[in-house]
Amino acid sequence: MEKLMADLKAQIIEQLNLQEVKPEDIGDDQPLFKDGLGLDSIDALELIVLMQQHYNIRMANPDDGPKIFQSIRTMAEFITANQKA
Amino acid sequence: MKAYIQGAGCISPQETAAGGPFLESVKSYEGNRLAVADPDYKQWIDIKMIRRMSRVIKMGVGASQLSLQDAGITMPDAIITGTAYGCLADTSVFLNKMVTQQEEMLTPTAFIQSTHNTVAGQIALMLGCHAYNNTFVHRAFSFENALLDSMMILQEGNAKHILTGGLDEITDHSHTILSRFGLFRNSISNSADLLQTPGEGTINGEGSAFFVLSSEKGNAVTEMQTPATLYKPSGAVETAVFIKEYLGDVMPDVVISGRSGNADEDMVMGALERKLFPGKAIAGFKHLSGEYPTASAFATWLGHNIIRTQQVPEAVLLSGTAPSAIKNVLIINQYQGTHYSLLLLKAC
Amino acid sequence: MSGKVLVAGGGVICGIGLHLDACLGSFASMRPGMAPMQYLRSVHKDTFPVAEVKADNDTLAQMAGLPKHTSRTALLSMIAAKAAWESTGLGYLTNYRAGFISANTVGGMDKTEDFMNEFLPDNAKGHLRGVVNHECGAVTELVADALGVKHHVSTISTACSSAANALMYGSRLIKNGIVDVVIAGGTDALTRFTLNGFNTLMILDQQKCRPFDDTRTGLNLGEGAGYVVLVSEAVAAKLPNGAWCSLSGYANANDAYHQTASSPEGTGNYLAMKGALEMSGVAASEVAYINLHGTGTQNNDVSEGTAIVKLFGQDVPPASSTKSFTGHTLGASGGIEAVFSALAVKEGIIYPNAQFTTRMKELPFSPVTTFSTGNDLPHVMSNSFGFGGNCSSVIFSR
Repeated sequence: MEKLMADLKAQIIEQLNLQEVKPEDIGDDQPLFKDGLGLDSIDALELIVLMQQHYNIRMANPDDGPKIFQSIRTMAEFITANQKA
Repeated sequence: MKAYIQGAGCISPQETAAGGPFLESVKSYEGNRLAVADPDYKQWIDIKMIRRMSRVIKMGVGASQLSLQDAGITMPDAIITGTAYGCLADTSVFLNKMVTQQEEMLTPTAFIQSTHNTVAGQIALMLGCHAYNNTFVHRAFSFENALLDSMMILQEGNAKHILTGGLDEITDHSHTILSRFGLFRNSISNSADLLQTPGEGTINGEGSAFFVLSSEKGNAVTEMQTPATLYKPSGAVETAVFIKEYLGDVMPDVVISGRSGNADEDMVMGALERKLFPGKAIAGFKHLSGEYPTASAFATWLGHNIIRTQQVPEAVLLSGTAPSAIKNVLIINQYQGTHYSLLLLKAC
Repeated sequence: MSGKVLVAGGGVICGIGLHLDACLGSFASMRPGMAPMQYLRSVHKDTFPVAEVKADNDTLAQMAGLPKHTSRTALLSMIAAKAAWESTGLGYLTNYRAGFISANTVGGMDKTEDFMNEFLPDNAKGHLRGVVNHECGAVTELVADALGVKHHVSTISTACSSAANALMYGSRLIKNGIVDVVIAGGTDALTRFTLNGFNTLMILDQQKCRPFDDTRTGLNLGEGAGYVVLVSEAVAAKLPNGAWCSLSGYANANDAYHQTASSPEGTGNYLAMKGALEMSGVAASEVAYINLHGTGTQNNDVSEGTAIVKLFGQDVPPASSTKSFTGHTLGASGGIEAVFSALAVKEGIIYPNAQFTTRMKELPFSPVTTFSTGNDLPHVMSNSFGFGGNCSSVIFSR
């Protein structure tokens, strides 16, 4: 889980071009959207593709985004629960 | 119709965004591609927004901010841009991925930002400006049409200040493709000499220039007349008639010429200049900006500053001498011999 | 600056017909144009239905009188612009001080996509013929040259509101005496670029789209072109069959909320509709039909509906989204819907909203679901809202 969360932070920074943000700046339970890291609905769509690219998880419904993408931890938990062997 | 220039901002291959003395020194380049001298965009754009922005968006937002600051206003009553190519880099990114990834696993950001009105939309979003917002994308008339629309809206009387700009960017793909069309010299050792050494082709350029236009004079020093465009003239005679009819009784003190360094185009321009404006000061600009469809926006910035400073910088003067008091500046732009436009600027 | 601007005629080609009469037939018999892709080549062929113009490029080239290798965007444009001009009965276009103001969003992208297949692996490859008319403006010039328009040629690109803005600019050119006649509207062919782009936003419906329906899940893309012919009063006096109607009001406003999404309260939509009403001097209660932007996405329809209720109160006039037939034709949509709306004033037509079953829980009104003619429609409003917060509304009056 720790490694997965570290990977996710690096992947998110790269995919979303978060300049001047370092992996250690993102807390495991920090909200990713709005007042937390400040991501928005366009980023949510980017994250859906990230899930598919890196973890082979297809999210068909964008409305699932807000729940899964709450924090690095919720993303990691979702990946662990859904990743195919 | 007429409008007053209340503010101007320009980001170009020259140090025009830095606010130093007007073209006192110029940057020259080797090769056939000029790139804008990027100012620090973070002075205008929040870091959360800048991460998604391609160069043309940053150039547009930057030059628009410079012009608003110059005019001393924060909220325009309309935003109108002209861009022939639009957001090429984002278009290219999305297209590239779409082809190489065979339409799979694509992300939205580049697509969202690829639309031609992205810059005008971003400026509105950043300013919280709910007013009229339009984008013209008609080749070398894009900026001219944006100016004309601005003037017609000022004439209607509901808008007081209009933010109007012209901008285009070069990408690696666009440069390669346009080069294959034979538009550019193979290479040039010093871009500053472009207009002194006409040859086969010009050099590629890019940039962004914005203006705050108003129907009220205020503190303005430059008055702009309605621009005119001439599409695919049958020959030099038609172009000469077009220029004469546009000017009427006015004789310009300075003519800013759209010579591009391409010998065929410059021969036509040179003949028109000698015939219509013998002995007048002729200035060039494409050796500073490079050639691109909205380069006339750079020329407008140049003309405005010639009037503001009452001097024609040595770096742009091709022939003749300007009188000590410069009243009328005429911009004659041409793009590939098919698109001609005129814009008369007057000291006021 | 003076005088009225009149609509002298119009022409359309889209997924429900190769000409205006055919489109009316499709509305009357409730036949939407969405179907599996026949002409566009895409890996999403079996996933997303689209409203294609039902003809291949060879057929369209013949109709347009242009070479076969021409971008489909230009072919569609030429066919609709020619039909628009011919509908006026004004004779030779070259006899007038004329403008051609055309909107599109991706220019000759259909050809560029094919070029890129060759170019990307080796940038010395790919036929330059494929990209020579890539620019939006190049598509307009191909058609302007073929029509013989020289006096004023321009292209506008503001995403999905592009063509409505072309009408506004054209109208201003006439009011300021710069030209006497303007063919104004827009064109867009389906491309893989736009299809994949909208797919990344996850707003494409895999079924036929259901605008203003509580069960809606997205839009269908379409293609086509639509132009109205705008004329000065002096030219209108020469029309053998009179003008269709006048273009009495228009406004553009910016939502300034988000790059692609609309604000929940529809600020830009409201300001555009309100501005158009003010210019036309028409009270909200006098608008007899609204041709909705109505894409069928969750977000768009709520914003537009909310803005309409704010402006019209509980007495919302009959309204429908013709995109439920034509799909969303992007840069062409404002032109196609302008022709439908102008014709609505002339013929008293109210267009149906297809696929409607369930009223949206957020709104007190439902769209009209049946086709009718001979209605008394003194004023018709047409809405077009796009990316970048760009919102436009135009009003046609008898």
